[in-house]
Amino acid sequence: MPRLPLAPLGGAGSKGKLNPERFPGHPFRNMTKIHIPSPLRQYAAQQADVAVKGSTVGDVLSDLVTRHPDLRRHLYTEDGKLRAFVNIYVNDEDIRYLKREATAVGDSDTISIVPSVAGGSLR
Amino acid sequence: MLRIGHSHYQAVRRHGEETYPYECCGVLLGRFEDGGRVVTSVARCGNTRDDSPQNRYNIDPKEVIRIQREGREREEDIVGFYHSHPDHPARWSSTDLAEAHWLGCSYVITSVEKGRAADTNSFELTGGDERDKQLVDEKIEVG
Repeated sequence: MPRLPLAPLGGAGSKGKLNPERFPGHPFRNMTKIHIPSPLRQYAAQQADVAVKGSTVGDVLSDLVTRHPDLRRHLYTEDGKLRAFVNIYVNDEDIRYLKREATAVGDSDTISIVPSVAGGSLR
Repeated sequence: MLRIGHSHYQAVRRHGEETYPYECCGVLLGRFEDGGRVVTSVARCGNTRDDSPQNRYNIDPKEVIRIQREGREREEDIVGFYHSHPDHPARWSSTDLAEAHWLGCSYVITSVEKGRAADTNSFELTGGDERDKQLVDEKIEVG
């Protein structure tokens, strides 16, 4: 197998985190990271982060539920739409204000699944 | 069961007093242990429901992400959330249940009567998914 060239040395990558490009065996190399909230980890083999493939949010979520099918019903309605209380962020941006599931993602991006937190005494 | 240190417990209650007559809200961080939750830090949040803050709350997901990221650096996880009910019992409402989605986490509610924290109760969000979720009373161990 040909050796892939490493990215130039230059310290930590974005946001002070290790740059996976520097580590050929790193699970997130050439893949995007999705952060799984605690309620859903039992459906993702107890992982807090899952490496997925795809060039858009839709693609990576599709890859995620392919790898972990039990996640599908928690993220999507029966007609295939993201549940209203499931917020998807690419880094610090809500995809609703980007291109929703057509939002492009790369291997330096982190996708967060964040169920809504709301309520109140009003019935 | 929810285990929480005395200072964190008082901080949750005090937050409700400070925001009275509006609902306060925040995040409980710590670890899952022995079927319950242990709180090791508390993070205050803003209530984005400025249209009805006296009886509704919402935490900006962006704030949840930030708190989550900072918590991970301390090896803490999000284990629950808290909010207050101004001049209303410390019991979950139908709105609280409908809007609760973090299964396995604790939802802590403090009643604040005329500006003073009264009861603080905790409820675990149980169930397998949105169809069978329930908020179940759980003991709070303060120490």
